[in-house]
Amino acid sequence: MAEAHSLENPRLQHHFRNADQQFSSSKLGMWLFLFTEIMFFGGLFVAYIVYRAWNPELFTMAASQLDTVLGAVNTVVLIGSSLTIALAIRAAQTDKQKQIVNYLLMTILLAGVFLVIKYFEYMHKFDLGIFPGAFYTFEGIDHPKANVFFSIYYMMTGLHGLHVVIGIGLMIWLVVRAKMGDYSSKWYTPVEMTGLYWHLVDIIWIFLFPLMYLIE
Amino acid sequence: MSAATTNGKTLKVRYFDIEENPTEHYLNAESGLKSWLFTVDHKRIGLMYLASIAFFFFVGGVLALVLRTELFTPAENLMTAETYNRIFTVHGAVMVFLFIIPSIPAALGNFLLPMMLGAKDVAFPRLNLASFWIYSIGALFTLVSLGVNPVDTGWTFYTPYSVQTGSAVILMTIGVFIMGFSSILTGMNFIVTIHKMRAPGMTWGRMPLFLWAMYATSIIQVLATPVLAITLALLIMERTLGIGIFDPALGGDPVLYQHFFWFYSHPAVYIMIVPAFGVISELIATFSRKTIFGYWAIAMSSLAIAFIGSLVWGHHMFVSGQSELSTVIFSFLTFFVGIPTGIKIFNWLATMHKGSIDMKTPMLYACIFLFLFTIGGVTGIMLGAISVNVQLHDTYYVVAHFHYVMMGGTVMAFLGGLHYWWPKMTGKMYSEFWGRISAIIIFIGFNLTFLPQFIMGSQGMPRRYYSYIEQFQTMHQLSTIGSYILGVGFVIIAVYLAHSLMKGQKAPANPWGARTLDWMTSSPPAQHNFNYQPVCNNGAYDFHKPIADFTLGIAEDEHAHEQKGDTIKQQEQNV
Amino acid sequence: MEYVTNFFLPSAESTYAASVDGLFHFINIVSLILLVGITIAIVYFSIKYRRKSQEDTTPLITHNTTLEVTWTVIPLILILIVFGWGFNDYVEMRTPPSDAYEVYVESYSFGWNFEHPNGITEANNLTVPVATPVRLIMRSRDGDVLHSFFVPQFRLKQDLMPNRYTYAWFEAIRPGEFVYFCTEYCGGGHSIMNGIVEVLEQDDFDAWTEEELGRDLDSLPLAELGEIVYSQAGCQGCHTTDGTSRVGPTFAGLYMAEREFTDGTTRIADEEYLIESILYPRELVNVGYPNNMPNIYESTLSERELMGLVEFIKELQ
Repeated sequence: MAEAHSLENPRLQHHFRNADQQFSSSKLGMWLFLFTEIMFFGGLFVAYIVYRAWNPELFTMAASQLDTVLGAVNTVVLIGSSLTIALAIRAAQTDKQKQIVNYLLMTILLAGVFLVIKYFEYMHKFDLGIFPGAFYTFEGIDHPKANVFFSIYYMMTGLHGLHVVIGIGLMIWLVVRAKMGDYSSKWYTPVEMTGLYWHLVDIIWIFLFPLMYLIE
Repeated sequence: MSAATTNGKTLKVRYFDIEENPTEHYLNAESGLKSWLFTVDHKRIGLMYLASIAFFFFVGGVLALVLRTELFTPAENLMTAETYNRIFTVHGAVMVFLFIIPSIPAALGNFLLPMMLGAKDVAFPRLNLASFWIYSIGALFTLVSLGVNPVDTGWTFYTPYSVQTGSAVILMTIGVFIMGFSSILTGMNFIVTIHKMRAPGMTWGRMPLFLWAMYATSIIQVLATPVLAITLALLIMERTLGIGIFDPALGGDPVLYQHFFWFYSHPAVYIMIVPAFGVISELIATFSRKTIFGYWAIAMSSLAIAFIGSLVWGHHMFVSGQSELSTVIFSFLTFFVGIPTGIKIFNWLATMHKGSIDMKTPMLYACIFLFLFTIGGVTGIMLGAISVNVQLHDTYYVVAHFHYVMMGGTVMAFLGGLHYWWPKMTGKMYSEFWGRISAIIIFIGFNLTFLPQFIMGSQGMPRRYYSYIEQFQTMHQLSTIGSYILGVGFVIIAVYLAHSLMKGQKAPANPWGARTLDWMTSSPPAQHNFNYQPVCNNGAYDFHKPIADFTLGIAEDEHAHEQKGDTIKQQEQNV
Repeated sequence: MEYVTNFFLPSAESTYAASVDGLFHFINIVSLILLVGITIAIVYFSIKYRRKSQEDTTPLITHNTTLEVTWTVIPLILILIVFGWGFNDYVEMRTPPSDAYEVYVESYSFGWNFEHPNGITEANNLTVPVATPVRLIMRSRDGDVLHSFFVPQFRLKQDLMPNRYTYAWFEAIRPGEFVYFCTEYCGGGHSIMNGIVEVLEQDDFDAWTEEELGRDLDSLPLAELGEIVYSQAGCQGCHTTDGTSRVGPTFAGLYMAEREFTDGTTRIADEEYLIESILYPRELVNVGYPNNMPNIYESTLSERELMGLVEFIKELQ
């Protein structure tokens, strides 16, 4: 039976009975993975909540050092990239090979813009002496635990940034494969899974932005 | 011959004969080192895990004997206090992260899960191999840390000590961090496999209870392990950058670290023990040759334990300085883990009632498990009572309690499972005589080692002590003697299992008369588990039906004929 | 009966200890009944229902609701009793009477300091009056690690942290000497971080207080002052006076001995070296010992205390 199937669909691995089973397995696996990601970031969010509950005034003071405009621009950029990757999946479903590549490239571009803006934000803070943890030398915030806020800030945005970089890597790989014509309405699992991942990266930022930048 | 339908589709089915003494099976289908290291076969991956955990159990066990020898007298026997601290840390970390967490889930689970489901492999075989390699890389980091500067923080890595010590905390925690991902990926793989890869007709209610246990375990692995990962990442950052979240010297809080750590590490206790419950359900049903009593109660209690167990982490911290309110709430919730656990024990006993009990080695281990785990469980209730916990926390009572649960529970179930599935894995039988002898020696040695620890613990002997006041010496010496007896028991096992591998008698396909699908294939199984696609139309413990009823599979020849129906039902057959 | 209870628990010496012990014994008895029942069932079933032939068949029993409800509800009632009892005692353990005698407790690696309200300080030995509630206000030294104060006979245990205060209280019911331990792992000297709680009759306690208050440290000979500093500043946690080796080198025979350091140099342990190594302990580290001595004595010891300590070491030949 497996052989019969593999003649129909070269993508079907031998241990699955049919392509539906394979696709829904991948999808469930991906959702579980996203769930672990949420738990992973969840730890940092808990640290954030605990320290904010203990030092509410610190968080208001420290947030003034973050550039709300740049943060907002980055939010728009990431939401846009979520749209473009969704369009890439749509293109795969409708067999528009060229569009898959184009939309993926646009997503990569937007992700790049996000990182560049983040880079300038970081550099500005480093200039001021706002380093994480023990290396913190900035004196503009009158609070003994100012370094802890920025430790949490760097951990959360840094881990998020790492996820963006990984996402870019995945999409470059998708572009290469898409150019070889690997994806079509018959089989586009990697595009769909990367899309799910990318939406999660986007959603985490949508939580980070108000929690970090918009504290009044 | 018959036919059956799933989801409206009609399947042609017939009964298959199980091949005895197969000439070709997964062990000889391919050969060479590469065929092992790069295999995607879940059975081979399971065996590689088995070899790894056996190695680490040996390492951890030798360290335990060294510790017990040092404690024979309060004076310096073998080593200084600093060395002792490193050794108890490494013993704990190796046993927890490298042995017991992967023991049943990764070794037995990998081998059995697809076969019990009637599948050819797990859902993501390559990911499964990746899990094994990630585990190996993590283990490598841990071993390197031992070479550099063995950790002396205790396996819990409590701050601020873990930030201040000069030992290789970063290397060790990176190792544990990496192994955490192995555990997460295995858990994900198993959940998807159980959801998506069940054989036609294998409804949730027909799954062997081992699978329910693995399902509950996998959920905890996926839920809790990422939190351990982020905790250790923060600890590493604390040591390298001084981020001040856990280190009080920089404005952080050690109690927060303890919350983070136990949010994973308490559920991790259930990652260790719930699979053991699954094994015991299989052993007791098979060796009592009786339908399991309260199938749904046992299945659901695993999930209940996984759920409640995620809410009780604060009971490790009753005297740590957390708020009194948290202490009371965590104590209250803790007791509710006891209910589903008790239900399991009573169900197993009810299964033995009116059974046909064959006290083979695996069943002997199951009975030993029932006895030791009951002690582990009731002493857990003792520790959950807040006022008593104040007296017992961080004493040898706790040490004895978790050894009764982890070793008396998980390791006994693991040994029972290892003996039970040994013929399936290797195609060889072992010496029943030596099997029973070593089980009894282990039972005696175990109780002699850990019963005195309860007593000296409640008398006030603190744990992690290199030296002690004279009053405790008798108990320590009994414990040390017990540990040597325990060691002898394990040596005997190693010897007769090695003998079985080399010169053991050939094992029949189903030596114990079990009814689950993992036995409905040859011993050892074929490369893709079955020579047919199994179809399940019986419960996993339908011992009132003949074994021949359990080898139904999809027929691909012209002799099969069709028949319609809503679900696959047992048909009267004329084979 | 007393023999049995004393086998499991040390004698109960605080006001709340008896109730804690009651719960301990209650759980033990219920557990024992359960364990014996389960064991008898296992053994009895294994013999009565042993497999007689390979053709044995067994009845199909899938469940029994009455039985299952019973073994769910009875444990449920039992755990609620245990929770309630433990909770009740815990409330008492955490609620000191308002007129309690207060002692500040400081822990460090590896020792304890106790400070009484009248200014008396003690090291590693806590003296308290009998039948008086004593409240402990506890904190680990700044920059130090976690410790835990455990007096088994009082059923008292509480962790100490360097970043916040924790509290505990007890009322001893009779005079005597009761050992306490550190029960939060804290490093190389963890198992030697123990001492004695000395409970005195009120009269004896008053006399002790008077004697302690009357002592004039400034007029003590240097070496005697040094001996007090040795035990109170924390030296004794790591450095012995009997020649044995702990976390740090012993003080016995240290004076004028040749020391080897991790940077390869050697030096004679004269007065200058002793003072330097107390004030700047991380500069030269003795071969074979960890570099973990607290870097605090420059600010905590007076000139006279420092000289006293050196004189004390000099006398340990």
